[in-house]
Amino acid sequence: MSILVDDATRVVVSGITGREGTFHTLRNRAYGTQVVAGVTPGKAGQRVEDIPVFDTIADAVEETGANTSLIFVPARFATEAILEAADSDLRLIVCITEGIPVRDMARTASYLRGKPSTLVGPNCPGVISPGRSNVGIIPGEICEPGRVGLVSRSGTLTYQIVHELTQRGIGQSTCVGMGGDPVHGIGFLESLALFNWDPETELVVMIGEIGGDDEERAAEYIAQEMTKPVIGYIAGFTAPAGKRMGHAGAIITGSRGTAQAKVEALELAGVNVGRTPTEVAALVEAVLS
Amino acid sequence: MDLFEYQGKELFRRHGIPVPRGIIAETPESARAATEILGGTSVVKVQVQVGGRGKGGGIVLADSPDDAEEAAARLFRDGFGGRRVSRVLVEERLEIAGEFYAAMLLDRSTGTDLAMVAAEGGVDIEELARTKPEALRRLHIDPEIGIHPYHLRALTGALPPEARDLVENILAGLYDVLTKEDATLVEVNPLVLLDDGRVFALDAKVTIDDNALFRQSEIEMFKSVHPIDPVEFRAREAGLQYVKLDGEVGIIGNGAGLVMSTLDLVQQAGAGAANFLDVGGGASADSIATSLEVILSDPSVRSVLVNIFGGITRCDLVAEGLLEALERVTPTVQIVVRLDGTNADEGRKILEDAEHPRIVPARTMLEAARRAADLAHGEAP
Repeated sequence: MSILVDDATRVVVSGITGREGTFHTLRNRAYGTQVVAGVTPGKAGQRVEDIPVFDTIADAVEETGANTSLIFVPARFATEAILEAADSDLRLIVCITEGIPVRDMARTASYLRGKPSTLVGPNCPGVISPGRSNVGIIPGEICEPGRVGLVSRSGTLTYQIVHELTQRGIGQSTCVGMGGDPVHGIGFLESLALFNWDPETELVVMIGEIGGDDEERAAEYIAQEMTKPVIGYIAGFTAPAGKRMGHAGAIITGSRGTAQAKVEALELAGVNVGRTPTEVAALVEAVLS
Repeated sequence: MDLFEYQGKELFRRHGIPVPRGIIAETPESARAATEILGGTSVVKVQVQVGGRGKGGGIVLADSPDDAEEAAARLFRDGFGGRRVSRVLVEERLEIAGEFYAAMLLDRSTGTDLAMVAAEGGVDIEELARTKPEALRRLHIDPEIGIHPYHLRALTGALPPEARDLVENILAGLYDVLTKEDATLVEVNPLVLLDDGRVFALDAKVTIDDNALFRQSEIEMFKSVHPIDPVEFRAREAGLQYVKLDGEVGIIGNGAGLVMSTLDLVQQAGAGAANFLDVGGGASADSIATSLEVILSDPSVRSVLVNIFGGITRCDLVAEGLLEALERVTPTVQIVVRLDGTNADEGRKILEDAEHPRIVPARTMLEAARRAADLAHGEAP
């Protein structure tokens, strides 16, 4: 087991013929992921290496049995690709695209509420279950199969912490990059719930940052429902209020969304919060041994 | 992007929201002339993006053109809240009978629009929500459905009956600004009821979604008047995510989360970051070189920390970019470099072979942060 992606994952890539799309599609496939189709309107019948390209996701699903959407299309068309994937009943939609207007995402999220699809992202690095399936841009070589679940709002900071875990010989069940946008799909709360039910996951690492209240809401869930230990990390203690720190969602508004408030909420819920990525890995090691 | 008050009011006007007559002045003389046009009295309002304008002397009631000229001269000379002042908004004086509060925002935690109306104006809304929750009406609106008359009636329920109709019209206009102009926040504090029964937006605080500027060309033009730090300007031109901070360690990293974490580690090591700079995914030699030039052009920088975890980014290209930059600029400070991830061995080797006297390699992120902090404090490498 693992969460979200595994051996049964069959990926259709929207934007497969773009530069980024082709590059990461082939990397995912080289990792062992079943990438069964691509979609670029107007390019049906072409192939990327031997992966068939279709005009619509519906065609791709019908021909190849794809069950997971991976999206690389540019920001102004990306929500369209999400909606198309949802209407094709794909169970998982991973949207890597950065820079989507938040109003478009809010409308899309509103539509998805009535659908069975799970959205990861946008503006995220994707999901990897090491040794099984890699859907997105997380470098597979830094991961190792194991029993630590990881969920994060960041990309490279996730790689940093995964790297520190792997160097200590600690593998991961699944790493979920939920993305750095203010309105997004799966969050800490939903990811923690999935990890809670996953028999292969023993412990969860959650990596948050300033802005919003995802971490605070996760803390409530952890206090009430979580049966497995959670180790936390929050980035952005030194971020000034009102300035967007790279991620569209990483902004302190008024007195809300500070790193300090998030750490306090998590610690109150019994989460051990590391002060550095290295300390996070050390805390995980201590709990597992 | 946060708009200036006068820019927000320009958007309000376009969406039929009544605002006071106002004229932008860039000199004391034009503040005087504006006041004459407005009938001899005015309100002179400093145009800066800091709070507390009223209490801090940034909003002046001028009883005469002389008063207005004097107030504007003082603001242009002294600045406000540590900012340089290049514009004041000179507005007509209004006879105010009551003050309210109205705001619309895209609420990130629910992914829906949130409308708020309070029967008190000029207040701290977080404070009011705690102390007098009955004075505040809040309503979530599904962005797919949009705002409807029943929403408007519910929102204005705590206001004086004679103001409700006009406020409802204004709320509909504010929702238009929120949705059609890609705003993430539209706040009017205060919204005022006049002696003659009219209702005006006396202030305007509008934040536009940066991701949507591509389809808001008129708002994009507002950007040109925003005074910006020259270093920040250079970074923006190069497509880098840069925020100027107060410390002395220049930071270059890839990925927003990793950079934020790097800033935190530098602070834990007893120093402060001079900036946030994210070179982004797939950083090239050229973008690294430009980043280093940007950082080194900041006079407060006393050491530099380059922290790269290569995913899509290749560390060998980062190393090449650093060496390239060091041919273009001659730094007077040490540059601590930590490379990990894709092609890290190759990158480290390139730096090692170059034996550049300014480059200090570090093995881990933690070690790099500590080293850069020590160097900023003048300790030998």
